[in-house]
Amino acid sequence: MKVLLLLAALGNGAVFGADAPVLIQNATILTVTNGTVKGSILLENGKIAAIGERVAAPAGSTIVDGSGKYVMPGIIDCHSHIMVDAINEGSVSVSSMVQMSDVLDPEDIAIYRALAGGVTTANILHGSANPIGGQTLVMKMRWGRNAEEMKLEGAMPGIKFALGENPKRRGNGPGNPGALRYPATRMGVEDVIREAFTEAKAYKAKWDDYKAKTARGEPALPPARDLKLEPLVEVLEGKRLVHAHCYRQDEILMLLRVADEFGFKIRTLQHALEAYKVAPEILAHGAGVSTFADWWAYKIEAEDAIPYNAAILTRKGVVVSLNSDDPELIRHLDKEAAKTLKYGGLSETEALSLITINPAKQLMIDKRVGSLEVGKDADVLLYDGHPLSNLSKVLKVWIDGHEYFDRDQDIEGRPKKEAEKKALEKKAAGARGGETE
Amino acid sequence: MRRGAFAALYDSFMTLKAPALMIMMALPVVAQTPGSYVLQNARVVRVSGPVIERGTVVIRDGLIDAVGENVAAPAGAWVIDCQGLTVYPGLIDALSRWGLPSESEGRGGPPARGPEDRPLNASWTKAADQIVPTDRVIQRVRDAGFTTAVVFPNGNIFSGQGSVIDLAGDRAGRMVVADSVGQYVTLRTSGGRGFPASLLGSIAYVRQIYLDADNYQAAKAIYEKHPQGLPRPAYDRALEGVLAAPLVLLPAEQEIEIARMLTLARDLKRKVVLYGGHEAGRGIDLLKQAQTPVLVSLKFPVKPRDADPAEEEPLRVLEFRDKAPSAAGALAQAGVKFAFYSDGVTNPKDLFRAVRKAVEAGLKADDATRAMTLAPAEIYGVADRLGSIEKGKIANLVVADGDLFAEKTKVKYTFVDGAKFEPLAEEPAQRPAARNSAR
Repeated sequence: MKVLLLLAALGNGAVFGADAPVLIQNATILTVTNGTVKGSILLENGKIAAIGERVAAPAGSTIVDGSGKYVMPGIIDCHSHIMVDAINEGSVSVSSMVQMSDVLDPEDIAIYRALAGGVTTANILHGSANPIGGQTLVMKMRWGRNAEEMKLEGAMPGIKFALGENPKRRGNGPGNPGALRYPATRMGVEDVIREAFTEAKAYKAKWDDYKAKTARGEPALPPARDLKLEPLVEVLEGKRLVHAHCYRQDEILMLLRVADEFGFKIRTLQHALEAYKVAPEILAHGAGVSTFADWWAYKIEAEDAIPYNAAILTRKGVVVSLNSDDPELIRHLDKEAAKTLKYGGLSETEALSLITINPAKQLMIDKRVGSLEVGKDADVLLYDGHPLSNLSKVLKVWIDGHEYFDRDQDIEGRPKKEAEKKALEKKAAGARGGETE
Repeated sequence: MRRGAFAALYDSFMTLKAPALMIMMALPVVAQTPGSYVLQNARVVRVSGPVIERGTVVIRDGLIDAVGENVAAPAGAWVIDCQGLTVYPGLIDALSRWGLPSESEGRGGPPARGPEDRPLNASWTKAADQIVPTDRVIQRVRDAGFTTAVVFPNGNIFSGQGSVIDLAGDRAGRMVVADSVGQYVTLRTSGGRGFPASLLGSIAYVRQIYLDADNYQAAKAIYEKHPQGLPRPAYDRALEGVLAAPLVLLPAEQEIEIARMLTLARDLKRKVVLYGGHEAGRGIDLLKQAQTPVLVSLKFPVKPRDADPAEEEPLRVLEFRDKAPSAAGALAQAGVKFAFYSDGVTNPKDLFRAVRKAVEAGLKADDATRAMTLAPAEIYGVADRLGSIEKGKIANLVVADGDLFAEKTKVKYTFVDGAKFEPLAEEPAQRPAARNSAR
């Protein structure tokens, strides 16, 4: 058994680290954090090993000609619901006991399509059906690997909160009366959050008391472990990031005040289309904002939005990212970023930051990903033109130095896949015909 | 005297060939040992050991009294010449609804507010308490060689405890071999009425219940030691139910479900068996590492009959269906314990056709037999009494005129707890959908 495990571990290690070094030469390299370099970038042992005008190719390197091409860090989506078999546990107003990691689907084709759009990392969130939703996690788009291997190692776990129309919708009829549940108003949403954290504090106190008693040698019944309250205690202890779905400025202020009162932090405000109205308060709390470039008016609370949201917040010093929240939008986040050049006049680097280093900071994974720097993960995109141009396409995607997407290979491989499928269809039809039912 | 034994005697009287009848008439004491049979000149597939090409099996008082090449026939036994016939251990359906009333639905009541309301929970119920001995499917499958089924209540997330039952008898209590062998867990949802409304919630619920059960057990033990000065733990039948079952059955058909359930199993810290298993081939490395037994469904996935012909199916779905029959072979090759189960199929012909498919897809015939005899007995901890032809084990046997799973083979006799049955000569006309066909 031990031998087997060891072999399995070696196998993994070998796969993850066995890629030959990759040297991309003569390219325009958009590092995001250190300007633009015309030259080469070396990916070795899963990391970025060198960036410069001239980089020597180690023995056995794969050389990629980057003439006329662009290189940028892998895109990070701070709000996604791909690669899961369930999104909402909306039956209860607090569903913090549920974990997105329980329902991961590493074979969701949306992963591959996201890769083709340059996304290498995504924050997989619970839905917004309830004020306090499920536990979330950060995944790398290591297409072809299993769910465990796709988790971004060491990334801080998160939890989804939601304010406004979505969490209160279930409190309002008509529909299945059995599905009705509190809250039905924004007041109720606040109350649910307050009550949950009051409960979480009491739960923590109960455990502290139990530990103290057993330490003194007194008999004590262990408190029952409560999977709903444990993650909230982690939030209170700063061990879990809060990603809060919100739209209106009033509810944003409400949440920041509740969090300040209970002594925890909101890591990101998601959507937050009215965040531009309360930028100083957001900055003071230390929250980031993850929003859309120009997607709004799909419901009442999303009416008072402007496409300058990201730019205004950026100018005010808030860490801003653009997210997809959608398996289609996730395929062109680069073009979403480009919109901020027009709306608000962000620089190219600032625009790229919205989908790379900024979401990395929001997810506290910026030491590993989000920019092209020596020592960081080799999560790298090769484009046929400037990434912010509508005409540019992603040609290749590396994650940890391993190539996970190649546009030419994909196109070349399509007839083979088609033939494979036809053969299976034929085989299945034959088997059915031969059966007596 | 047991009524069952009389029935068996009557049955034998009606069907035995002349020589055996003469023996019976010559020995008036036979009525006192009606359960004694000698199967002579048989090919004996013991499963627990090599095949005996020409041997004898002696059945007495419902048990296997002797097996071997040179076994003397005890006085007073019914002798059956099995020239050209093969004796197998009776087949076991490893996860079954045979002999149980039709599906019980989840309880009504107000929508659950969380795991604490114990939604969709009947963990304390036992299949052994629900057996319907008159269920017509019992005779149907027994005539094909099934002598035992591991039956589980269903319809809930914690559906209840499974029981090993023998497929003959007019009293439910006599049919039970083991009353609680596992807790049948499904990951169904509330259908929108309260918690859990999604797979997310169902999995979290299962995890919380087992944590609660551990806490409950610990709290009860501490309270027993110090009843004075401590609050009394509240009695909880849902937790009593999960604590009573020695195994947890978790659903895992696809590779991702296998991965998920193995992860969950590590959290539960309990002995787990997976059921479904159609993609065990793809998940074989995980299964091999975990050494978790798998119950493989004999209802292989096919394109739904009412599928939209215009809708294109993904390659992945086609592969899934194509590879399903090879799952058992992959498990056997990897040395992971597995057993077959009927998965709602009540026509034995369909089950045997599925077994043949598995053999065509790479499963060794011996392993197929084992997957329906000794393997399920081992998985459920009853291999000391069932699953192979060994002295002292329960006399559940099937006698056929050839390879049990071959299309043309006819079952001659089935023995259940030593009582002999002969299948009806003609297959009865197809009945409308059997009551228990839905799982």
